Amino acid sequence: MMDILVQAVSKYPLVTAFVVIGLIMWVSSYIGKIFNNRIHASAIAIVIGLILAFIGGKYTGGKHGISDVGLFAGIGLMGGSVFRDFAIVATAFGVKLEELKKAGVPGVVALVVSMILSTAIGAATAYAFGYTNPVDMATIGGGAATFIVGPVTGAALGASSEVIALSVAAGVVKSISVMILTPFLAKMAGLNNPAAAAVYGGLMGTTSGTAAGLAATDPRLVPYGAMTATFYTGFGCLVVPSLGYAAIVALVG
Amino acid sequence: MVIYGLALMGGCMIVGTGLGYLIGHLVGIDANVGGVGIAMLLLVVISRQLMDKEQLSKLAQDGIMFWSAMYIPIVVAMCARQNVIAAFDAGALAFVAGLGAVFAGFLLIRPIAALSPKSDPLPPLDADNAAPAATVAVPESAKEVK
Repeated sequence: MMDILVQAVSKYPLVTAFVVIGLIMWVSSYIGKIFNNRIHASAIAIVIGLILAFIGGKYTGGKHGISDVGLFAGIGLMGGSVFRDFAIVATAFGVKLEELKKAGVPGVVALVVSMILSTAIGAATAYAFGYTNPVDMATIGGGAATFIVGPVTGAALGASSEVIALSVAAGVVKSISVMILTPFLAKMAGLNNPAAAAVYGGLMGTTSGTAAGLAATDPRLVPYGAMTATFYTGFGCLVVPSLGYAAIVALVG
Repeated sequence: MVIYGLALMGGCMIVGTGLGYLIGHLVGIDANVGGVGIAMLLLVVISRQLMDKEQLSKLAQDGIMFWSAMYIPIVVAMCARQNVIAAFDAGALAFVAGLGAVFAGFLLIRPIAALSPKSDPLPPLDADNAAPAATVAVPESAKEVK
């Protein structure tokens, strides 16, 4: 009997994921109503997702949260980069060109400033914790940019796997804290218009973090923030192992 | 047909990804440099032109809107597959580096956003209306009041 039930649930993983995520959204909007909608239902859903990821990770010891549990494998598919990027592109539909033009220059400034700053903060933290070798500093600096720039930098420079793992962890901490903190800090940071969203995307960079952070703040800002954020990782992979590493070598030898 | 909208989006995404990898290749790295962003720009420009010429049917638009509306559920699924354990287990270094970069970023939103011409805040969302960008165009009347 139980076997038949499990078979039904695991036969179509993606369909099961639609049901599970649908339930999470429903529960979140219910919780949101209890709090008089002072907390955005999407923010609650995102936190529930992260809690499930934590439980899944503890239970299986894997890297992909709840989707490592056989029954929920479809969530890995649904939340993977293919669907995510397809849906992000879809949000660009209906974007106002004039708003986009306004966001252009500040978006690029944000991208450059943030890349310098994140790498510097990451590298300085690494130095403070005793990783004084320029290769390690650049790798952890890359991780403070995003959890993709870190390993790319580490692989390019030949960092140890321990340092690469640290850089990924720094990137994951960044991504998750952007997801959770954005709805709370949005007002203080003036994040309520398309130009600010584009700057935010360029400053935070992490595609998953900004995707979730803006969805929980105001979904209408998503396309502007996502547009700049999607340039961040590629830009980081380009400059951190080259210019970033050169700058760190120049500073600490 | 619904598929025309998806085909348009998919086409933009393939061209964007191709250009992203081409840029990466030209500068000597094996990475996609901004492919999704390029795809978004393409979709904005092409869909606008098609709509001005009334070449994009309602059904074709609905195909795109569906994925736009699926955005938040997909993001929730994405959160549920994050490596949260790694973030907790890596210790203080990862937290200081990751959170430091986030807080520095938040402090800079206002000063850098001030570089742009004035961008009006979006009108408030009503509680039940969590629709994505495309479905909630800013009403022209709301702008004229300003």
